[in-house]
Amino acid sequence: MIIEADTSDRGSAEIVQPYELNGAYDEMFFSVDHPRKQYRPLHNLLQNLGPDELRRSKQEADQSFFNQGITFTVYGNDKGTERIFPHDLLPRIITAAEWEKIERGLKQRITALNLFLKDVYHEGKIIADGVVPGSIIYTCKHYRREMRGIKVPRDVYVTVVGTDLIRNPEGNFVVLEDNLRVPSGVSYMLTSRRVMKQIFPSLFQKCRVRPIEHYSQALLSTLRSLAPEGRSEPTVVLLTPGSYNSAYFEHTYLARQMGIELVEGRDLVVHDNVVYMRTTFGLQRVDVIYRRIDDDYLDPLVFEHGSSLGAVGLFNAYRAGNVALANALGTGVADDKAIYAYVPKIIKYYLDQDPILEGVETLLMSDPGQRDHVCQRLDEYVVKAVGESGGYGMLIGPHSTEQERAEFREKILAQPRNYIAQPTINLSTAPCFVDGGIEPRHVDLRPYVLYGEQITIVPGGLTRVALRKGSLVVNSSQGGGSKDTWVLQS
Amino acid sequence: MLSRVADSLYWMSRYFERADNASRVLKATYGLILNPAKFSTEERWFRAVLSLAPGAAAGNVDPQRALFLLVADPEGAFSIVKCIGGARENARQVREAISSDMWEHLNRLFHEVNGFELQPDDDAAAMRVVSLVREGSYRFSGITGATMNHDEAWHFIQLGKYIERACNLCVLLDAYFAVDKHADDLDWVGLLSSCAAFEAYCKACTAELKPDRIANFLLLKPEFPYSVRYSLDRMHEALTSISNLSLSRRTEKVERLIGRLRSMVAYVQVGEIIAGLHQYLVRIIEQCRELHSAVHEVYIDYPIEVAFEN
Repeated sequence: MIIEADTSDRGSAEIVQPYELNGAYDEMFFSVDHPRKQYRPLHNLLQNLGPDELRRSKQEADQSFFNQGITFTVYGNDKGTERIFPHDLLPRIITAAEWEKIERGLKQRITALNLFLKDVYHEGKIIADGVVPGSIIYTCKHYRREMRGIKVPRDVYVTVVGTDLIRNPEGNFVVLEDNLRVPSGVSYMLTSRRVMKQIFPSLFQKCRVRPIEHYSQALLSTLRSLAPEGRSEPTVVLLTPGSYNSAYFEHTYLARQMGIELVEGRDLVVHDNVVYMRTTFGLQRVDVIYRRIDDDYLDPLVFEHGSSLGAVGLFNAYRAGNVALANALGTGVADDKAIYAYVPKIIKYYLDQDPILEGVETLLMSDPGQRDHVCQRLDEYVVKAVGESGGYGMLIGPHSTEQERAEFREKILAQPRNYIAQPTINLSTAPCFVDGGIEPRHVDLRPYVLYGEQITIVPGGLTRVALRKGSLVVNSSQGGGSKDTWVLQS
Repeated sequence: MLSRVADSLYWMSRYFERADNASRVLKATYGLILNPAKFSTEERWFRAVLSLAPGAAAGNVDPQRALFLLVADPEGAFSIVKCIGGARENARQVREAISSDMWEHLNRLFHEVNGFELQPDDDAAAMRVVSLVREGSYRFSGITGATMNHDEAWHFIQLGKYIERACNLCVLLDAYFAVDKHADDLDWVGLLSSCAAFEAYCKACTAELKPDRIANFLLLKPEFPYSVRYSLDRMHEALTSISNLSLSRRTEKVERLIGRLRSMVAYVQVGEIIAGLHQYLVRIIEQCRELHSAVHEVYIDYPIEVAFEN
């Protein structure tokens, strides 16, 4: 379908080019010439801006990102070329009513998944009751036997969650993936808002956008609420793998915003099951660690023995209750893509409620019937490796070649537990400023959920865009970019 | 603060000061070689190389390439572009510890000087880099002083800046006074300009250029920011503040070393040192090195057993 935009206004002919819809839900337009109500101020603005003005704004935004060092390093050349994180100029807008449902749905989902984690690492009632098969739980790549019977502060396993939502062609938000380990990207949400305010001040006034700037304060108080008992003025630190990590910018950004120390493994010392950091004054006790390192690398005594990113003895200090880790270890069992298929049952089991946000139909390749069904129709399905994230280890059937499908068929047959399949979903599209014109690109939405004393969700999140035309992959490692996400006041 | 962070701040500051020093020396030298004098262009370039990259001076440096090497040599550790890169890399490791303004300024300067992609025979471009760094350095000092808490982190930055400056000044003075018999007024102007000191010197001592007065000014003048005495005073302040903040650590060694070093310039007159100037300068440099190691041992890389004794 091709929508001819209204070209009667001056200067707009070049910009709002014929806007092509491919059957996906479009965030801005519901039919020819008709932008949705929440997008009208933006649409009006676009009608009045020439492509040159937009290009200038884009350059201004790029420069601002570049000077702030909001970049990632392109590996594979000596000079360490730095690129800015790709972003799109036009905001993605969500109405108050849509957001209200998302918020309720996420709270329900995270509460249930957290109860699930507690159960899995303690009594295992859900397994005994036959709701989720133990064979799936215990074969999860990220299941941590070491966590059995360990009490975590406030029984909170998942302190920071980034849940990926997509909008299906009917216009409903559905959950695509839970990220319960070390979700990243929140710094792009925060910095792109700051840049957008410089560029479109008038639009903010017209639209009544709910603020997100309090995220860092909310994160800090969430982390402090996990401190061991008796530590009334807890020392909270952020543990980073170091400046060569691709998310290093985010680590420094969050540490600075929260006013806490950014530590590396080599700054930490564990003595008598207490964690200290090495300061110029001597050793200082650490109470809460917001760790941005995977489970595997946290403690070479217990996990990956060759790792120098973590601290020797950290896990014993954790087990003794002398330090809190956020997120807890072993949370990956609940965002395994095979467990994902059971989340509606998990919600029903612990909360006795129906899920507010639906998931995507998921076929388990460990089930012979479902496996045969999918293997015969690989060109219709998206196949994902269960323990991976970041868009790696994925086959998108309709966009794949015969050879890729053959390779995946072999992989599935070799390790059926390692794969799931989902029908290909046409993600919603949103208008993006590309090559001097406005074109639709596929987007998803990652809101960030904080869980401490209570659950906090800042209104918005990271809208990720598949900047390549027609692509359905939004991950930044695969050519994705971001958009500022505006949730409107009711 | 974290020991690793203190170390990075210290080195960020040292590298920036090193680039700043090189830019001052190169600007002055480039001005000098345009004038015919007893010294040949080669000799003057050699003197610049000697004071900026002592290692490279041992080999035979082609004077035609000296400017390029000192500004943008991709191999050498001493070129301006390398030093700015070093400052930025250290800043990058501790981005949360410095202000956003400092980072943005340093980051932009880094991209600007790297954007030139200098060629060996392009003197004009090389001198533009020199000017950029010169201005960038003043601005960085201003931003640092204005946007950071003047707390421990700031003191480590000050320490790095002035220990580097004191050493650089001594090396530079040594290079000029080693051949002072042949020096003419232009060379002395070159030395003073290398320390951003020409106008300040004229104000304090008139425009009469006398070697012992110049040595007095650049070594012992407590009021001039590019003198050795001034630098050691700032180091003393920084180290005293750091050790006052730190309650339980044994910091006597550092205090003793900075006290002794400072007394070397605080209680002498130029007449007493001018005859043995070379040995005197070398002793200051050695003591700066000793101090550097002591600071590292006490604040940065101390053994864990020591930490638990207190």
